[in-house]
Amino acid sequence: MGYPHPSHPKETVVLSQYFGDEGARSFDGWVQRGGYQALKQALAMAPEAITEVVKASGLRGRGGAGFPTGLKWSFMPKPSGKPHYLCCNADESEPGTFKDREIMRWTPHALIEGCAISAFAIGAERGYIYIRGEFTEPIRIMQAALDEAYAKGALGGDVFGSGKRIDLYIHRGAGAYICGEETALMNSIEGKRGNPRIKPPFPAAAGLFGMPTTINNVETLAAVPHILTRGAAWYKGLCLSSPKSTGTKLFSVCGQVLKPGNYEVTMGFPMKDLIYDLAGGMRPGRSLKAVIPGGSSVAIMTAAEAESALCDYEGIAEKGSSLGSAGFIVIDDSADLVYEIYRLARFYAHESCAQCTNCREGTAWTVKILERILRGEGKPADLDLLMDLAENMTGKTICPLSDSCAVPVVSGIKKFRADFDRYLAGAKSPALAGV
Amino acid sequence: MADELVNLTIEGVPVSVPKGTTIIEAAKQAGILIPHYCYHPSLSSPAVCRMCLVDVEKQPKVLPSCVTTVAEGQVVHVHSEKAKQAREGVLEFLLINHPLDCPICDQAGECELQDFVFQEGRSGTRYADYPKRFNPVEDFGSDILYVANRCILCTRCVRFMEEVALEPVIEVCERGDRAYIGITEDQKLEHAWAGNVVDLCPVGSLISKDFLHKARAWDLDKTASVCPGCSQGCNVMIDTRDDVVVRLRPRANLDVNRHFICDTGRSDYRWMNRGDRVEAPLVRQDGRLRAADWDAALETLSGLVKGASDVVVLASGRASTEALGWLARLVDGKRVTAAVRVPVGEEAPLPGVPNLALRTQRAPNGDGARLAGYVAAWDAAVAGAKDAALTIVLDADLSDAEATKVNLGRAVVLLATVEDDRLDRAALVLPVSTMAEENGTFINRDQRVQRFLQARGAPGMAQPAWWVAAGAWEQLGPGRHAPATAAEAFARLGETIPALGGMTYAEVGLTGRVLDGAAVGGAR
Amino acid sequence: MSGHATAHGGETHEPVFTGKVRAQLEALFPRYPTRQACLLPALWIVQEQRGWISPQAMAEVAQELGVTPAYVKGVVTFYTMYHQHPVGRHFIQVCTTSPCHLCGSADVVGALLRHTGCGELGATSADGRFTVVEVECLGACGFATPILVDDDFIDAVTPERVPGILERYR
Repeated sequence: MGYPHPSHPKETVVLSQYFGDEGARSFDGWVQRGGYQALKQALAMAPEAITEVVKASGLRGRGGAGFPTGLKWSFMPKPSGKPHYLCCNADESEPGTFKDREIMRWTPHALIEGCAISAFAIGAERGYIYIRGEFTEPIRIMQAALDEAYAKGALGGDVFGSGKRIDLYIHRGAGAYICGEETALMNSIEGKRGNPRIKPPFPAAAGLFGMPTTINNVETLAAVPHILTRGAAWYKGLCLSSPKSTGTKLFSVCGQVLKPGNYEVTMGFPMKDLIYDLAGGMRPGRSLKAVIPGGSSVAIMTAAEAESALCDYEGIAEKGSSLGSAGFIVIDDSADLVYEIYRLARFYAHESCAQCTNCREGTAWTVKILERILRGEGKPADLDLLMDLAENMTGKTICPLSDSCAVPVVSGIKKFRADFDRYLAGAKSPALAGV
Repeated sequence: MADELVNLTIEGVPVSVPKGTTIIEAAKQAGILIPHYCYHPSLSSPAVCRMCLVDVEKQPKVLPSCVTTVAEGQVVHVHSEKAKQAREGVLEFLLINHPLDCPICDQAGECELQDFVFQEGRSGTRYADYPKRFNPVEDFGSDILYVANRCILCTRCVRFMEEVALEPVIEVCERGDRAYIGITEDQKLEHAWAGNVVDLCPVGSLISKDFLHKARAWDLDKTASVCPGCSQGCNVMIDTRDDVVVRLRPRANLDVNRHFICDTGRSDYRWMNRGDRVEAPLVRQDGRLRAADWDAALETLSGLVKGASDVVVLASGRASTEALGWLARLVDGKRVTAAVRVPVGEEAPLPGVPNLALRTQRAPNGDGARLAGYVAAWDAAVAGAKDAALTIVLDADLSDAEATKVNLGRAVVLLATVEDDRLDRAALVLPVSTMAEENGTFINRDQRVQRFLQARGAPGMAQPAWWVAAGAWEQLGPGRHAPATAAEAFARLGETIPALGGMTYAEVGLTGRVLDGAAVGGAR
Repeated sequence: MSGHATAHGGETHEPVFTGKVRAQLEALFPRYPTRQACLLPALWIVQEQRGWISPQAMAEVAQELGVTPAYVKGVVTFYTMYHQHPVGRHFIQVCTTSPCHLCGSADVVGALLRHTGCGELGATSADGRFTVVEVECLGACGFATPILVDDDFIDAVTPERVPGILERYR
């Protein structure tokens, strides 16, 4: 549902059915709403069979990378005595994205159940739910739900009498966007600086504490119980366009729309309807200027591109951008797009872990150039420089943070040149007065 | 791991290396240096500097050659446009916060940032007018200063302390372009091997206080040598300027010390520059020491040896094998008590490298001396000096008590580097060169024979001790010819020391050679 | 390992991990296969107890977990939520990243600075009550502008709501 707004008829409500329903938070409340059936079902299956169901459903990672989930699970090795780990990525820090927070706040048991099923499927007896440090409310709610789950036998040494052990712990982050990167997340759990690791080795081979590990996003894991109870075919059938993009996706619509919120739509849903129908469209007297559809680390789309795009991995890629985490930032004609791009660059510069030269220095330099442009002191050569730096920041680092900084800059300059030209002609940004 | 070989091409050169070799290592075989900073053969590879990115055909992105392993049929380009552009980009990024300190930076002339920027960086920066990040200089303890502004965050220092010294007292702090290497007040960089971070640092960020502003790298002459500090025998470079030793640095030897030397050895070079040297042969005549030429001095020496039935030889553990061997040969046939002085100290291992430590035996050639027959107990030998017909002291450090005893000897000959007023009854004082002033060898605790080369000139008329001994030996028998060179002196050691039979300088080379049948790492 | 008071530059550090707090730390140990993995949670405990993480506290944590103080410093300085200096009694974090900026976070910042008396970001108010800092995306973009006051996550803050919110913390 477009919480905090009521469900829109065009939504496909699966994960968000109980957003706003406080009764769904408790174990009993969740069971009343059909919860924990999937876990019981899973415990009676062979782990590999669960993976096959998830594969057949077409579920892809909802954290941003869109990697087929069943395939990722199948990378885990056969049991060999080494402990396997599940990590739930609840670090949600991608600007524009706020869906995992809602899943945890309203349906914590959905996540617990999804984690438990996944842990069982991949042969893990222990999982860590890495929640960003700022999510104090989700942490409180999740911890209370975990305590209840243990008390009711849904977790612990003998889950629902199956003889299987599943332990889940919350690991609280402490303020680092980069810890949303799967290998940095593992380092953070291990008590280290949140530096991404070189791959290979991949987590399934050597992940958390060097052991076989699977990391999945909150939204991905929350979908798993539904896939089990309602079937892979059902999930796969939720598809309006490309058969490679199935199921529903929570779009975190924010920015300059009348009704920001999380809207759950079937993959392939028309983006135009998402903006104007579900999210209520522009404020009075305003027109759509740009959309950043995938969280901020993807190319900016023009209004024309957005209005003709379909909301799935392939549809948005066709328009030159990415679905990413579906952190959907709407920008209208009143916005100072150059400032917003600068502010995003500042975000990346702040969050760079400092390992790779290109990222550490390039993000900060990008900020300085954009700041100068915003002060009306920029030159046309500065745009060429920004494009050149963006190239030196793309495809050259351990993780894609520097690429993420480059992408909005490049797409901004290419598609919204007029905005930059205004500044090159001498305009000064009033927003910088408070910087 | 299988010894399976993988064939690939690097810059057009075909290379065959074991499976699992990284491209950067494979490139070395092809004679190609791939520019890099954070990579180091004695440390883990974090692939953070991004300098070693290479262009591999059929791969969409450039790849870090320090962690990418070779694959059959790979075609690697190090100098394609794509790879060069990647490196040019990294260099430009490194220079935006790096201060233009070259005129005051000790690293200039031996700086890897200078080198690669000169080779393939941009000729000017596009980082116009923006301020550079500033962090203050920090004293990391012992000999090490951290000039934070120059740091390129390659993390070699952090990894050395963590993985090799096993004392992780420095760590990257902060994030992004605010990052620097941090240390805490209560745990400074005082590890016995910490000084290696200065060598590891590719730029002038970690620098030696001892070497601060002392000499310019391009003014230095560099000579391969062996550390005379203990029986480990770490390979070193002796750096001199105008014949003055200004610095010792490690020289790579994968079998002995890899890329490291300890701080004790590193700092112990000042004695090589001592001015209080014996500069001319001195012969005692009418109660006074008078300068003489070598002919006269050697004649006197051979006469003293000829007339003595028993001889005490007290040798320094720092004497070369050549000196020890030829001195033993000089007194061959007499009743000889020969001892070598090896001072003792605390062991300080470098835990991350097998069989590497500052050893308790604080002399480089105790093993060479024992091999040459210097097996008497030191104290007993010193005590025996007063009764022996002849006592020869080869540059040994004597305590006051020992000097008093030796001075009681009937005839005392000093082969000396420095003057010693305490031995005021010496019949003969012959000036010899230190190990820094001659070619020679030491034998380390693992029975490895290692060459050291002459790094500076010997003062005055000083000669290598082997030359002095052999010169006198020559006069004591018919048909004898003293060796003319150190190489010959070494090669002929086998005539009296069977273990060294047949060995030559060429064979020993600059990485050394273990004696046959030697037990490596024997406890001493 | 028993607690101990360490002197540092003349100040004595009262150990954090004693009694109930020690029990809290020890409850973490079985959750992870290494002591080092307890570092982030241990630092949270320190900050909960003392309001910030001093160099002496870092040394104490280091000793408890078998790592060096420098290592702990590297971790503390990496993660922005750990305070390396004392802050006001109430610590306010405001999101100003682009999605919130589009929705007027700059005005919220202004209102907070005025009504707390802090005057500028990062400063503590004269009465020691508040410190206001800007932070990156808080993950509540659809509920702009979110702020954190200590552990209270407050959605949809507007300049008009600021005085009322601050009242709860007077």
